[in-house]
Amino acid sequence: MSRSGVRQAIAPLETRVVREHGNLILAAVLLFAAAILPFFYPQSSGFIDDCVTALAYVVMALGLNVVVGFAGLLDLGYVAFYAIGAYSIGWFGSSFFDKVNGAKGIHIGVSGVSANLPGFHLNFLLILVVAGILCAAAGALIGIPTLRLRGDYIAIVTLAFGEIIHVLAVNGDSLEIGGYHLTQGRQGITPIDRVDLPFTEPFTSLNLRPWFWTALALVAVVLFVNFRLRDSRLGRAWIALREDEVAAASMGVPLVRTKLLAYATGAAFGGMSGAFLASYQNTVNADQFEFAFSIFVLAMVILGGLGSIWGVVFGAIALSFINTNLIPDVLTPRAQDIFGQGFDLSELSFGIFGFLLVIMMVLRPQGLLPERRREVELTEGGVASDEALFEVQA
Amino acid sequence: MRELLSKYGLIALLLVMPVVFGINDLVTEGNLTRLANNLVAGLSNGSIWALIALGYTLVYGIIELINFAHGDLFMIGSFTSFAFWTAIGLGLTTGTAGVIFGLLATLVVAMLACASINVLIERVGYRPLRNAPKLAPLITAVGFSFILQNVGLLWLGGSPHGVPDLIHSQKAVFEIFGVTVHRGDLLAVLATIPLVLMLTTFVAQTRFGRAMRATAQDPEAARLMGINVDTTISLTFLLGGLMAGAAGLIYALYQTTVWYFQGFTAGLIAFTAAVMGGIGNLWGAVLGGLIIGCIQQITDNRIGAEWTPAIVFAYLVLIMVFRPRGLLGEETREAG
Repeated sequence: MSRSGVRQAIAPLETRVVREHGNLILAAVLLFAAAILPFFYPQSSGFIDDCVTALAYVVMALGLNVVVGFAGLLDLGYVAFYAIGAYSIGWFGSSFFDKVNGAKGIHIGVSGVSANLPGFHLNFLLILVVAGILCAAAGALIGIPTLRLRGDYIAIVTLAFGEIIHVLAVNGDSLEIGGYHLTQGRQGITPIDRVDLPFTEPFTSLNLRPWFWTALALVAVVLFVNFRLRDSRLGRAWIALREDEVAAASMGVPLVRTKLLAYATGAAFGGMSGAFLASYQNTVNADQFEFAFSIFVLAMVILGGLGSIWGVVFGAIALSFINTNLIPDVLTPRAQDIFGQGFDLSELSFGIFGFLLVIMMVLRPQGLLPERRREVELTEGGVASDEALFEVQA
Repeated sequence: MRELLSKYGLIALLLVMPVVFGINDLVTEGNLTRLANNLVAGLSNGSIWALIALGYTLVYGIIELINFAHGDLFMIGSFTSFAFWTAIGLGLTTGTAGVIFGLLATLVVAMLACASINVLIERVGYRPLRNAPKLAPLITAVGFSFILQNVGLLWLGGSPHGVPDLIHSQKAVFEIFGVTVHRGDLLAVLATIPLVLMLTTFVAQTRFGRAMRATAQDPEAARLMGINVDTTISLTFLLGGLMAGAAGLIYALYQTTVWYFQGFTAGLIAFTAAVMGGIGNLWGAVLGGLIIGCIQQITDNRIGAEWTPAIVFAYLVLIMVFRPRGLLGEETREAG
């Protein structure tokens, strides 16, 4: 069935309510369905584990979507914000600074085991704020040198920043500032405080349901912020910037502020998700912050459709499950049957993602669930290729 | 003030490290031997970066695409060289004449292999996206980079792989004022010079070279003048691939280790070199490569090799801030 056929078929469903509040209704239904999902699985099942990771990746992908999808600034160093977010909980939610306050530690709003450990122990909600602020500042800082640049140059500068942060994280155990190392390098900072929300017990690794709901709540908040931002004055300025920077500037869009806000917003989401993931995985290890991870998140955004919020959510969940479930649990045993026991397909997962990126770009550059505006741009653009012309005529 | 910064800022920045460490050497040891040794190693290492940087600059000059896969192509060049010379039976026991002829054959094979892969990548991945938004081919390039890396991972495994030291690269050839020049240094520089000269002559003097320059300036106008733009672009990728293949062989002989991940770092370093020289400018890429080579050797030797990537990338960011058009480049739309 052609696309217009589908549109006609669903036309009677498209009442005014659905048109105006479609996203809200869809979000409510999806979030509700997701919220009751853990009851169908055991408390510490592998599936829920994969889901928690997937939801954290959704938050990151939505953050990157603000920078790349809305504002059109290609960021290849997004892993930097994952790192900064993770280190904010590594620094302020573990025994890393074990000598503060006479080795008694400083505790703000924490209960359970962590309340008696040395070092900084801030409540998880406070850490989210800290991570958000640190990352937003870092994002703006990274944005400044790219202000004069366009296109691929931005990609390279962000990549360079991402790598600098990675090198700092890896070698941070040989840097000493005020009696402390900067990081624990490849050894990792561990253990990290478990999420500890008001009125609940601190989370454990035995019951994954609270983790799931926390991640889901983060996704809900980020989704809400994303939709509101997209339809705001700022969001329209981002899209104008993406489509034509010169035209946007001459229409009075303040370039510097708009760009920096895009970087800062995207970075803050990445940092929050990074802090959550670090707590969930119970370690902050420099090996997690490799360039490949930036591409992993970018692949989620592209798979779903640049700028399309639902597309990005879908892309993040799909790639996350391919990574945590499909490749190690389903495809690797098959491959081992063919190539022998020593064969580990998960080593090649980035090759598979690379392949996916190429295929996606060549066959369906707009993504699986494209944003309507971008789809039009890609198919009806002024100098569209022959194929695009056919699609418009059909 | 701003004009002064943009004119001399980058040059001053580049001079900081040699000058600081030079003064340091003079104070502590009374001579500049250590710095000079760094610079010799830097120039030879830099010639490898220069060859890779040429590929970036050629491609960027003509289609304004950062060919992310180029560094990994260089890695494939190293792997192919190693595989080929093993296949024809070159080893530590082979005589001098055998090594020379064997390596020349390897050079040709590695260059052709990389050139064909590069042309193929362009045909499959970039040409269909010629009119797509600029993000699209860049993302495809990243995808190809991962694919090539995984080919390397499957080929020789995940850890650095030692290769026979066919030319005894650490053997000293001569020494002036306490500065030792090793065989590896000599090989890298002597192999690079003719390649660079051939490439620049080709681009500057031949009919094809003129077609390339015309396409770089204005593809539409070039097409109207009867130039086959697609063929010209393929030719550009071919030339870039040839250089990457040669760099791959030289690297394998020079470092005597190959690794599937070598291309990622090398690619970023070489790209920095291309940007530093002024992207699109062939001599700029060579100059940038040599400078980055020296910076890298000085950092390796004085600060620690684990910090080198961070320092090189910091330079990259600073170039972008002070002088996005590079040392020899012209103002471009991208970096205006």
